[in-house]
Amino acid sequence: MVVKRLIIVDVDLCVGCQCCMFACNRRFGEAGISKSAIKVISAGGVERGFVVIICRACLNPPCARVCPTGALTARDGGGVVLRMDKCIGCKNCVSACSVNAISWDEENGKPIICTYCGYCVDFCPYGVLKLESISGGGS
Amino acid sequence: MVEKDPVSRVLYVDLSRKRFWVKERPDLFEKYLGGSGVAIRLLLEECPSGINPFNPKNPIIFAVGRFNAFFPLASKTVAMFKSPHTGNLGESHCGGRTSTAIRLAGYGAIVITGASEIPVYLSIHGDKVSFHDASALWGMGSSYTVGRVIRELEPSAGYRTIIRIGRAGEKLVTYASVIAETYRHFGRLGLGAVFGSKKLKAVVISGKSSIKPENIKLYREVYGEIFEKLTKSPLMRKYHELGTPMNVNPLNLLKGLPTKNLETAFFDKAENISGETFAEKFLGRRLACSHCPVSCIHLAALREPYESEPYFYKTKMISYDYELIYSLGSMLGVYDPSGLLKLIDEVEVLGLDAISTGVVLAWATEAQNKGLIGEKETMGLKFNWGVLKPT
Repeated sequence: MVVKRLIIVDVDLCVGCQCCMFACNRRFGEAGISKSAIKVISAGGVERGFVVIICRACLNPPCARVCPTGALTARDGGGVVLRMDKCIGCKNCVSACSVNAISWDEENGKPIICTYCGYCVDFCPYGVLKLESISGGGS
Repeated sequence: MVEKDPVSRVLYVDLSRKRFWVKERPDLFEKYLGGSGVAIRLLLEECPSGINPFNPKNPIIFAVGRFNAFFPLASKTVAMFKSPHTGNLGESHCGGRTSTAIRLAGYGAIVITGASEIPVYLSIHGDKVSFHDASALWGMGSSYTVGRVIRELEPSAGYRTIIRIGRAGEKLVTYASVIAETYRHFGRLGLGAVFGSKKLKAVVISGKSSIKPENIKLYREVYGEIFEKLTKSPLMRKYHELGTPMNVNPLNLLKGLPTKNLETAFFDKAENISGETFAEKFLGRRLACSHCPVSCIHLAALREPYESEPYFYKTKMISYDYELIYSLGSMLGVYDPSGLLKLIDEVEVLGLDAISTGVVLAWATEAQNKGLIGEKETMGLKFNWGVLKPT
């Protein structure tokens, strides 16, 4: 099974423009950053560069393992798929993710899960992000 | 264009009574695009004529517009106030994360009036506004430290702006700046001193709202077109390659580089402080403001040894631009690029406006050289062109 996932080519290429966040947010038809699955924060002050937080598309995802309703399930080949109608908004997935990649949609009370669509990649002018094919899950 | 745009909400904060309220002002935001237009109307409403700029009634007005956080490149916030430097209109613009934070906090403008009795900092997270004791931050040696402390105290990393003043603002230096995200500024005309007069050390703003366009398909199309032009055409290249310092050499050749308090407009050592020299020898990192792919902020990495101990170094990241290079460089006859960076850094530590600081020092140097002022006026210091440490 070959699937896609997002990777960071080189985090030091990041200038902190957050255009990837705005891009991700536009998937929902809105301008802003609070519904973005990708996050860019400074590494303790912009002079130290940035931390780019993305879903690693784990082969055995901790977030799916703690979902009590089966809303969040492991995707074949790595990563997860969210079924919004099954999600009760318990936030277990948010605390289970060790890289803090799951944000919270305050408006809808649901997690924000990366769909590995690569829309953000098109709006990163400095080549920080890349969509890659994986078979057999994330490293 | 946008359904129920929160841009017309204006947040009013009264530092004297520690109160805040929100008013819907579609009258302003339907008539003007936002930014300067809205800010000047608010200034007219809020600032009584003839007042001293340090009067608590002098308002600090921040305004953004419909395009901020909506289209790329629109990354500036306008500040409007009565200037303590000129006694006239004070207008200053700043990037960083200021405009996206204000817009996504759900406001088109923020009006701050009154004055606090004790030092305070203000935090605005969406509809939540709170006043915090800033006594421990008041008088702090370096503005960098103020930023670091507030970063730890406040939530919303990545979504927020932290704007603050240094000691210059506290001491009411009429050309004190307000610093945002360490390297961007409301630099001109003394907004920092107006902050200081209100005992306002900092303002933190963040928000998680979104703006809903009526026609999402059209919005994505127009957005994509603008983004393409900004990133793939040569329009913006000069800003992200060498940055504004690329102007140093061409202006000098045209005899248009302000030099030695404008005694001349040609600096024979301009090459030493040119954009090319800084890029080659010092450029350590480039940064962008939020929602602007251009990335015009250039940070020099300055490695300096400590004199007290061998093999002990510090590396400072210092932001340079054309305006700082002419005002603290050629205007003062300074041609040593490391020395110029240290001067820029000191201006940042204190929270001064780099342009006015350089121009004041340049005037003082020429005035001393011509005997118009002595050393009494400069607290015993003798200034000379190109000398970084006066004796």
